[in-house]
Amino acid sequence: MTGGSELPIASNADVVLVRQQVRSAALEVGLSLVDQTKVVTAASELARNALVYGGGGMARVEIVENGPRKGLKLVFSDEGPGIADVEQALTDGWTTGGGLGLGLSGSRRLVDEFDLVSAPSKGTTVTVTKWAR
Amino acid sequence: MTVDADVARRRIEELLRTNEEQILRRWTLITKATPEELTDLYQALNRALDSGGEDLADVRGLLAELSRSRARQGFTPSETSRAVFGLKEALYEVVEEDGGADALRGFIWFSRLIDDLGLFTFETYATAREKIILDQAEQLLELSTPVVKLWEGIVAVPLVGTLDSARTQVVMEKLLQTLVDTGAEHAVIDITGVPAVDTQVAQHLLKAVVAARLMGAECVISGIRPQIAHTIVTLGIEFGDIVTKASLADALAHALRRSGVQVSTPRGTRISVRTEDA
Amino acid sequence: MERVPILKLGDILIISIQIDLEDQSVLALQEDLAEAVVAHSARGVIIDITAVEIVDSFIGRMLATIAAMSRMLDAQTVVVGMRPAVAITLVELGLSLGGVRTALNLEKGVALLDHVRGATP
Repeated sequence: MTGGSELPIASNADVVLVRQQVRSAALEVGLSLVDQTKVVTAASELARNALVYGGGGMARVEIVENGPRKGLKLVFSDEGPGIADVEQALTDGWTTGGGLGLGLSGSRRLVDEFDLVSAPSKGTTVTVTKWAR
Repeated sequence: MTVDADVARRRIEELLRTNEEQILRRWTLITKATPEELTDLYQALNRALDSGGEDLADVRGLLAELSRSRARQGFTPSETSRAVFGLKEALYEVVEEDGGADALRGFIWFSRLIDDLGLFTFETYATAREKIILDQAEQLLELSTPVVKLWEGIVAVPLVGTLDSARTQVVMEKLLQTLVDTGAEHAVIDITGVPAVDTQVAQHLLKAVVAARLMGAECVISGIRPQIAHTIVTLGIEFGDIVTKASLADALAHALRRSGVQVSTPRGTRISVRTEDA
Repeated sequence: MERVPILKLGDILIISIQIDLEDQSVLALQEDLAEAVVAHSARGVIIDITAVEIVDSFIGRMLATIAAMSRMLDAQTVVVGMRPAVAITLVELGLSLGGVRTALNLEKGVALLDHVRGATP
């Protein structure tokens, strides 16, 4: 595991920066073009979630290894109101923010591993991993 | 390190230096390696021992090279690591002639060092083989994914053989890229040569059709065998409004009609008369 | 914040997105476009996303919104140049862009608009 980089998510411009950082890390890991696109899209959704629902937070971009396989691990954390019903939040079409409700459920389908930790008034942390094929 | 051990070790290093020719000859006899390879290795090892024996980078580099080339030439892993272990036997003969207690004690130390290097060879060998297998799998994927042009603006992928998730994804990506490169607005995925599909493969095919539509192209699936149709229905996979045709010919006729092409026989009998409104 | 320029060609408005869009620019584009459609009495809108590397749910929603809004102002929208990787990702994400017409490239997009208008004069 190599040292990752931390990025703040405090504005719309930061979301763009997170996307760019994730793309360059995905290139480094050697993800295919389609997988790069998937993981950058997931990062965009999750970073926006942290900004809109969590009132801002942090993104961590890390390159991980599992034997000969390399992967990209992303952690998005905020200290917002949290999610009461995680199961429900992961259903397609469920939203509290007037969005399409595809951010969480959709980005889960775009990555290989997805982990969501949240509780009311405890903030939300989403960890996702995408492995190179 | 105790004084004794230090003395023993120095004795071995001395033996290695002074009996280079004899040990190398014996080593070459025991193993199947070329004298050049072994001489390089032997000298690198001596140099490493001279400079304190801590920096084995050169030796490891040479060993890695040796294992990789042997993995590629199809040697077994035992043969490969035996090449390293052979040095023990070659040295032992010299130690026996010497007969001193220091030399014998030093031989134990040396033996451990060679064991480590032998294991390293083994590991490098395994990694090299794994890479070869991965490369071959990738080449196979590339081999089995032709996208052919049927007509101006119509392309097809004739799929043959068992489809797994990875292969289906590669084929579909290639098909979509071909749509962009050629500007073809119609694509046919022909699965006549596919004996069976599972849920995942069927999903990938469906996703490709939807993705093509998002890009502004129409995609038809043809050649669905009765068994596959049965599987798809049993699995409860929704094909929705996706166009399916029994044969590649039917699919081509459909695509031609959609792109407004009229086909007629020399006698003037029109096979496909009407141009549908796209 | 960068703004996306809107080009006019006859009664068609062409928007070519060449930058990594932040959400604010997306919203601004939606407003600018609605105004431009009315100001130029445009009959067609082409959004070229050839250079766009990712379309997430926010940008996807913008495309659908622009299409619906233009339709209300009597203009047809065509999205052109979607990259294969983007299309595959959208399908996986579960976004269908319902009601948005698409074409492989700008040329085919213009042809599609002509065709649609020919059918409903």
